[in-house]
Amino acid sequence: MSSENGKRLLETDAGGLNFEATELTLGLPGEPRVTSDGGAKLGSKRGFSETVDLKLGDNNQEVKLGHSLQEAAKSPVSKTQVVGWPPVRGFAKRGKKSCKYVKVAVDGAPYLRKVDLEIYNSYQQLLTSLEDMFSCFTIRNYLNEKKIDQVNGIEYMPTYEDKDGDWMLVGDVPWQMFVESCKRLRLMKSSEAVGLGLKTAPKYSSTN
Amino acid sequence: MNYFPDEVLEHVFDFITSHKDRNSVSLVCKSWYKIERYSRQRVFIGNCYSISPERLIARFPGLKSLTLKGKPHFADFNLVPHDWGGFVYPWIEALAKSRIGLEELRLKRMVVSDESLELLSKSFVNFKSLVLVSCEGFTTDGLAAIAANCRFLRELDLQENEVDDHRGHWLSCFPESCTSLISLNFACLRGEVNLGALERLVSRSPNLKSLRLNRAVPLDTLQKLLMRAPQLVDLGIGSYVHDPFSEAYNKLKIAIQRCKSIRSLSGFLEVAPHCMSAIYPICGNLTFLNLSYAPGLHGNKLMKLIQHCRKLQRLWILDCIGDKGLGVVALTCKELQELRVFPSDPFEAGNAAVTEEGLVLVSAGCPKLNSLLYFCQQMTNAALITVAKNCPNFIRFRLCILDPIKPDPVTNQPLDEGFGAIVQSCKGLKRLSLSGLLTDQVFLYIGMYAEQLEMLSIAFAADSDKGMLYVLNGCKKLRKLEIRDCPFGDAALLEDVGKYETMRSLWMSSCEVTLGGCKAVAEKMPSLNVEIIDESEQMEFNLDDKQKVDKMYLYRTLVGHRKDAPEYVWIL
Repeated sequence: MSSENGKRLLETDAGGLNFEATELTLGLPGEPRVTSDGGAKLGSKRGFSETVDLKLGDNNQEVKLGHSLQEAAKSPVSKTQVVGWPPVRGFAKRGKKSCKYVKVAVDGAPYLRKVDLEIYNSYQQLLTSLEDMFSCFTIRNYLNEKKIDQVNGIEYMPTYEDKDGDWMLVGDVPWQMFVESCKRLRLMKSSEAVGLGLKTAPKYSSTN
Repeated sequence: MNYFPDEVLEHVFDFITSHKDRNSVSLVCKSWYKIERYSRQRVFIGNCYSISPERLIARFPGLKSLTLKGKPHFADFNLVPHDWGGFVYPWIEALAKSRIGLEELRLKRMVVSDESLELLSKSFVNFKSLVLVSCEGFTTDGLAAIAANCRFLRELDLQENEVDDHRGHWLSCFPESCTSLISLNFACLRGEVNLGALERLVSRSPNLKSLRLNRAVPLDTLQKLLMRAPQLVDLGIGSYVHDPFSEAYNKLKIAIQRCKSIRSLSGFLEVAPHCMSAIYPICGNLTFLNLSYAPGLHGNKLMKLIQHCRKLQRLWILDCIGDKGLGVVALTCKELQELRVFPSDPFEAGNAAVTEEGLVLVSAGCPKLNSLLYFCQQMTNAALITVAKNCPNFIRFRLCILDPIKPDPVTNQPLDEGFGAIVQSCKGLKRLSLSGLLTDQVFLYIGMYAEQLEMLSIAFAADSDKGMLYVLNGCKKLRKLEIRDCPFGDAALLEDVGKYETMRSLWMSSCEVTLGGCKAVAEKMPSLNVEIIDESEQMEFNLDDKQKVDKMYLYRTLVGHRKDAPEYVWIL
């Protein structure tokens, strides 16, 4: 199924670029992109099975391919089918498995940033790092009670979008739980947050 | 030489340390054979099934150090079932029974049970050094036995093993009297360790030169360990995540600055990239840097770190360094000899961040480069030709294009000419791994030019039997040949079966060889074990000679068929 799909895409886009795959999504790196046909994971460059697909048109070529490649071409799931390729030790935990990159938007900033939540151990570290990144802003930080940035006089509330799509205040749940459920961050201008009636500080804003 | 008494010859032989040389010495005459065998202390066995422990002991009664390798190399990539073989227990049992004074055991790709480790720890009074690489089958209980019983242990080095971590207190099992440790590497363990026991152990080990920690060792422990062991030469950092404004970080900076002897740095199993500046003071002395477990470290932070490492000779890195980062390496690391670039995202072929450009930059900037492992998005013939010109000293050249049949993206040609240039220029090439679109032509070049080649790895290449024949006919020094998914069949396999006796082993999987062909090799060459590995149970029911064999592994041996093969391995 996917081999046909792959062919179709390549025919419609002569450059070999797969636009669907370059579309920004909020998924974790490595998560399969669900395409409209509900089919295979499609990388942004021609992978294995698609390359094989091209070759299968030529009878001579087909004979030359090893068994594993022919199997990969037949299977509906994409290139990872071939056992032992690439030749890298399986359990050597290199690679992005342990990264969790989320977008960070700051109201008023012209572009977004991305941070890897996995490298922090606590809210304090995350907020400090965000302050570094967006150094002209001050993030309202319940821990050390920094309220107003002297230079800009602007204050920001750290919020995040969770798995259910709701916007939450950063700091209410244990750190690990936050890392797991956070999809993106937004530093919201406090002036916008006025009227949200936040009376008590979040439970986990101090070291977790 | 007949005029010299045996003691003099023995003394002369003491200076001959390489295995190859000692083997040659033993072949000169009977008297040299005898003197050599009694004086031999170190033995290397590249295939544990090529000889038996009994014969080893009979020949070398003075054995002190044994190196054994078990499974074939492709086992690293899940092509060999777990219980295929390579059990160390019979070796330890035999050595223990015969009262060999074993002091050092180095194992690679072997199955090591807790029972073996326990027996090892109790049988050899002077046991000093245990090195396990890519092994499996043991738990931390086995390590506890080693710690507890080996009174003069100097080295416990665990590299990339699969260990069942019972989170026991194996570190606490080192007795207070144990003060002899020189090297301790437990980076591959996944569980918690007793941090207090670790600190005390390091404190009472004044000779400790090499320490590689696992992920569970936090930063503040690292700082304490460094304070107690400023003499370290080799450091593997476990967790490196912390707050740059904390007291712990300040203390760490001070501790690191005291470690003026560190030449080798690895680990960073968890890393916060904004805190790398603490490391800068020791970067200038580093000769080996391994950041291949740290995907969080890339971009500017990584480049800044590398810029401090002017004396690097060996660099292991992830491909998120990018071509640009490799450019920084080329400008900074003029002493570089070995480069390994691993894929950070191996199963998303489209995302590999290095291409031929990075490699060309390094080859131009680092003329001493002689060893390469490079996982990349793509490669061109032009780039390989340039690299061959810039670096004629390659001993190891392993290129892995993530899409294994990808042609030169510029010309759409196979990469025959590029690899041809490499083998022609690098006259000392001993190890080669190929990838990309390749025809029989590249093998013609390899057969013609790769005179020193000892190990060749081929995947998804060639058009016909000719490819394999060029290699078998041309590469006189070939020892290990491993092939997967190539159209090589019986004609190539059977052309010169005598050749296999001059090699350690041959692996062929998903090729065109048949059961009949393998049987023919086995029949003609009784000195070879020809193993068919087939887990699909096809072999049980269908013994048709014309049937293609999924996996064949053949190797020379002096001791015939092994008795420990599992059900799905047929030894013909």
